Amino acid sequence: MVAKAPIKQSPTKLSELPQEGHWGEFGGQFVPEILLPALKELGRAYREISVRFDFQSELKALRADYGGRPTPLYFAKRLTEYAGGARIFLKREDLVHGGAHSLNNALGQALLARAMGKRRVIAETGAGQHGVATAMACAVLGLSAEIYMGARDIERQRMNVQRMKLLGATVHPVTSGSQTLKDAISEALRDWVTNVPTTYYLIGSVVGPHPYPMIVRDFQRVIGDEIKGQLLRREQRLPDLLVACVGGGSNALGTFFPFVNDEKVQFLGAEATGAASLSHGSVGVLHGAKTFVLQDEHGAIRETHSVAAGLDYPAVGPEHALYKKLGRGEYVPVSDAEALEGFRLLARLEGILPALEAAHAVYAGVQRAKRMKRDALVVITLSGRGDKDLETVLDYDTQPTSEQAL
Amino acid sequence: MILSQRLNRRFEEVRSRGEAALIGYIMTGEPQLERTLEYIRAMEAGGIDVLELGVPFTDPVADGPILQAAHARALRQSATVHTALQTVRELRKGSELPVLLMTYYNPVFKLGEESFARRCSEAGVDGVIIPDLPIEEAASWVNQARKYGLARIFFVTPETDTERVKKICEYASGFLYLVSRYGTTGMNETVAPTAIPLIERVRPLLPEDLRLAVGFGFSTRAQIETVVRAKVDGVIVGSALAARIAAGASPEALADYVRELKAGTRL
Repeated sequence: MVAKAPIKQSPTKLSELPQEGHWGEFGGQFVPEILLPALKELGRAYREISVRFDFQSELKALRADYGGRPTPLYFAKRLTEYAGGARIFLKREDLVHGGAHSLNNALGQALLARAMGKRRVIAETGAGQHGVATAMACAVLGLSAEIYMGARDIERQRMNVQRMKLLGATVHPVTSGSQTLKDAISEALRDWVTNVPTTYYLIGSVVGPHPYPMIVRDFQRVIGDEIKGQLLRREQRLPDLLVACVGGGSNALGTFFPFVNDEKVQFLGAEATGAASLSHGSVGVLHGAKTFVLQDEHGAIRETHSVAAGLDYPAVGPEHALYKKLGRGEYVPVSDAEALEGFRLLARLEGILPALEAAHAVYAGVQRAKRMKRDALVVITLSGRGDKDLETVLDYDTQPTSEQAL
Repeated sequence: MILSQRLNRRFEEVRSRGEAALIGYIMTGEPQLERTLEYIRAMEAGGIDVLELGVPFTDPVADGPILQAAHARALRQSATVHTALQTVRELRKGSELPVLLMTYYNPVFKLGEESFARRCSEAGVDGVIIPDLPIEEAASWVNQARKYGLARIFFVTPETDTERVKKICEYASGFLYLVSRYGTTGMNETVAPTAIPLIERVRPLLPEDLRLAVGFGFSTRAQIETVVRAKVDGVIVGSALAARIAAGASPEALADYVRELKAGTRL
């Protein structure tokens, strides 16, 4: 089975999903009535505009010349030796302009906003990466950007707040609820409810009401499409395992989705233990979608905790919920301490500082690779770089962990 | 199951007096768990025709700051959908005030639509408003609400076109909840410029058995008079009442305020 470039995209049976906005029992449009016409308009515009040649060619050019795509697929030799099992490759989304995979989606949606004639763009952000990517995309396309960010996240991701401001975006602190990503999304939805005729809501993950989970997935699938092409050229085969971190789940879905019908390729999603909707949650409805949600017996959404702000979210994209239910994807919790271990491993063995989000995937991927045969191939998506997390990592190192305190 | 007619009868009584209905909101557990009933009775004495009883939720995306704060206070007191139903059961011992539960969808889903509908019906609830359940997601809920005789209140907004209004009318019963303006719940000084055109646009589309009530932004008698002149069957006041309760208003003071608002429904 020697396949050479040019690479055809895999036939994607599941790509016919969502049917009327649902992935099986998941997904949907659980939002206030005032947003329904806008969601229908968005779905229509996306179907018509995103397939046009001028849209595709502008997106492709921006991704390449502005964003730095394609990103390398790097064989992590020393990490592989350390694990002593499967060969480990890293998909270097940390090298995308802005420092994370977020720009893939932000550029696509900002182009869509411009084509729809919406000059005002709003977005939410957790770790700040999606906010930075949105600010960049809006700057380069001449749109105005307003970013909602939880006050707690502003505190722990200060550098990204400064970057957004320097890029010309307005940052609105959100002080309600847990003051993290969940509340930033709620506040962005409230802004949209208020300004829906003039405003494009540029959501940052495969979450929210249909058609957002589909749109964001489609703009992020470039990650998996590139992995497939790069690996086929280099190794003449598909990977055995794809690993990515999952908060809302956009870099993971972008990695997995092009392989969804390649049944021998396994998917491993790394969730934060303190925010593991798929590992510990139950089916519920949050932010417009039915999916796995962390909630109490009365349906109140639980507060979450993760050292990685981008994973600190009590729900997950509905397509991941379907993968989990169908057994197509496996999802495991990774603790703060384990993620820090992943961070240090990659720093010392490969000279790469990963984002704390991506460090969850590194840890889970290395653990799994240890138990795999030496001829097996594992690809770990490094969703972002770790510069934004230096303070957090240094603080963590000086504080005794609970185990050490005992 | 015999349909509860309390809500429809109340609208007929109000109309026969030449008035519009005043629909007043309170969050379960406000101002404290053991005092909610006292405040509901004060609102009834002041003249509300229908009660909208809030069920707290952690992420109320359709609500502005005033009601967000009410949700948060209620959750801190551990109020739940069961607290709301208990409040209705207590109220029903001596009152025929129609009661609508206002709840986000996740607490309904968690309990199960059928179980929720049955419990509502048994407690004496007359209808349910679910602000994040548009008709696209409401088919199974509508069946349960029908089965248990609960009014199905759906929203119509300035963004809802004629075709969609007609479709919503097929799902709705009791009344259509007109959202007077863009935005989340909250208080305004005047009637939004979108309100009257919306009322005039929707009224001719209404089937005979469906009423029209308008909400979002109402806090003064003058505002209520303006929309009642445009021939609505009801006006909903939420944040303005919640703000007064949050500021420590006594039941008597709240009743006085309701009396003033109610006067605006009589033309």
